[in-house]
Amino acid sequence: MPVPVHVALLNGYAPRWTDALVSGIADALSVPVEAFPVELDTVVAFAPGRRQYHATLLLAALLRHRRDPAAKILGLTSMDLFIPVLTFVFGQSQLDGPGAIVSTHRLHSEYYGLPPDEGRLVDRAIKEAVHELGHAFGFVHCPEADCVMRASTYVEEVDLKASEFCSRCTRSLEEAGRR
Amino acid sequence: MTTRKILIVDDELSVRGSLEEWFREDGFHVETAEDGNRAIAKMEAGPYDIVLLDLKMPGMDGITVQRRVREIDPGAAIIILTAYASVETAVEALKLGAFDYITKPVDPDDLSNLVRNALRQKELAEENLRLKEKVSELIQSAPIIGGSPKMRRVLDTIRTVAETDSTVVIRGESGTGKELVARSIHAQSKRRFFPIVAVNAGSIPETLLESELFGHEKGAFTGAQYRRKGKIELAHGGTLFLDEIGDVTPKMQIDLLRVLETKRFTRLGGNQEVSSDFRLVCATHKNLEQMVSEGAFREDLYYRINVFGIEVPPLRERPEDILELARFFVEKYARAMGKPLRSIAPAAEEVLVRYRWPGNVRELENAIERAMVIGQGPAIEPGDLPLHIESGGGTEPAARSLAAVEKEHIERVLQEFDGNVTRAAKTLGIDRATLYNKLKRYGIRR
Repeated sequence: MPVPVHVALLNGYAPRWTDALVSGIADALSVPVEAFPVELDTVVAFAPGRRQYHATLLLAALLRHRRDPAAKILGLTSMDLFIPVLTFVFGQSQLDGPGAIVSTHRLHSEYYGLPPDEGRLVDRAIKEAVHELGHAFGFVHCPEADCVMRASTYVEEVDLKASEFCSRCTRSLEEAGRR
Repeated sequence: MTTRKILIVDDELSVRGSLEEWFREDGFHVETAEDGNRAIAKMEAGPYDIVLLDLKMPGMDGITVQRRVREIDPGAAIIILTAYASVETAVEALKLGAFDYITKPVDPDDLSNLVRNALRQKELAEENLRLKEKVSELIQSAPIIGGSPKMRRVLDTIRTVAETDSTVVIRGESGTGKELVARSIHAQSKRRFFPIVAVNAGSIPETLLESELFGHEKGAFTGAQYRRKGKIELAHGGTLFLDEIGDVTPKMQIDLLRVLETKRFTRLGGNQEVSSDFRLVCATHKNLEQMVSEGAFREDLYYRINVFGIEVPPLRERPEDILELARFFVEKYARAMGKPLRSIAPAAEEVLVRYRWPGNVRELENAIERAMVIGQGPAIEPGDLPLHIESGGGTEPAARSLAAVEKEHIERVLQEFDGNVTRAAKTLGIDRATLYNKLKRYGIRR
């Protein structure tokens, strides 16, 4: 029985490409995916000095809004995320845990002084969403250059990898009966 | 691939938690500690590949923790993390051997690169250690010379046992080349790309032998300032050559048996089990069967090690090899001393073949080395050889001074015990100081 994925659109963030994201996740993980809005209290997660949101605290708040304990939940936000010690993160998840969170804040080309490119933004959002969900499904980083589970600490690395799992990760995904 | 281990030391829970998740996703085995004392306790139970260490913590400060961590495991790469940038402390941390120093918050890419580079450096350092062992092994290896039927049988057996992973016991008189046989087995085995590590149990006191074989943790005994890997650990993947296994004490026999059965052990002063995949080749000039029947050697250990036996014949039982060996040593020392190659005069050949060589190949090698040093002519003459060899067959000339006889006897006993003064003195019935005085007086080199 495939584990369903719930995409939580946080605090009114509902980009027009949400359907593309849902399909991208469903294709990569071969699981049913459903999106719905969720309102979180973000005050405790906001760090005024950094003007960023603490990803771990947001994720903890998100997990309190799970509709189905059997599902994995993915929060989608445009808020800039960080974890203490790091300047930013694209997303955060719990390894083999119930959920993950992904931010599009630094996935926009405009953030890097380039013209808007929605196609690229959607592509990056799908890759980061599948990557963080991959961790929630128990996957660690993969050394394969084009695997979605390859670590990417800057946006060019996100562009370089594929939105799918490599053959080895696909095999272990199948063996674990997660798809 | 072995899972890499990282220890995160920081007093802030949020920092520990977020870094722990970050590195777990990267495939690390992660442990955390909130202060210096807990960090040290974790290090003692280690080992870790990387230690991420906060410099400012309540209680023990980061620099002190770093010093202790380095003492416990000099091989762990330390990366200093701090919220307060200070050039002085950064310089101090780097002087104390930290791999690098970063200020919180750090760019994720910088942290990834730093950790990747630290791991690479650690792997290179470990590879360097393995290569050093390998180089020293290659430098020491030499071919086994001898076309006599007895030596051909030995060479055939070496080829047969090399293909297996079984334990081998090499027996033979002192100086017959048992270590050479062990190295030849290793060089022809599937373990040849890993080191052969040699330990002579007969020349090391029991307490030191234990530390030599099993390694030790910092503080295991006076003078143990650092964690040190033992020979068993260094032989991982390769061969452990344990010479003079008949001299191993009963307690050490138990420890050895356990390691052979489980391939696991603990370093001295430690409680963490370490595993090592090695093949044991041992050698002895003693009669192990007799030692077993007398209760001096454990029967279970005897059966565990005596899977294959190789008997290296004494030189007197293969006189047809003497001249081939002598020519090999002439070439060896001519090359080493930068001298022209010399032949062996027929008269000297006759002397060499007639002599009984109680010190075996080692004695022959020493005699040729001496002849190459003192001889001047194009050929080695009988006069270039030591007097007792020149006189033939080990028989004593009648008119000799007491001092000459004493000198020669001391030389023989020393040779018998591979230059071990303590054991030679015991056999001669004199104390070590007296023996040292005699060695000095007669100009005897060990």
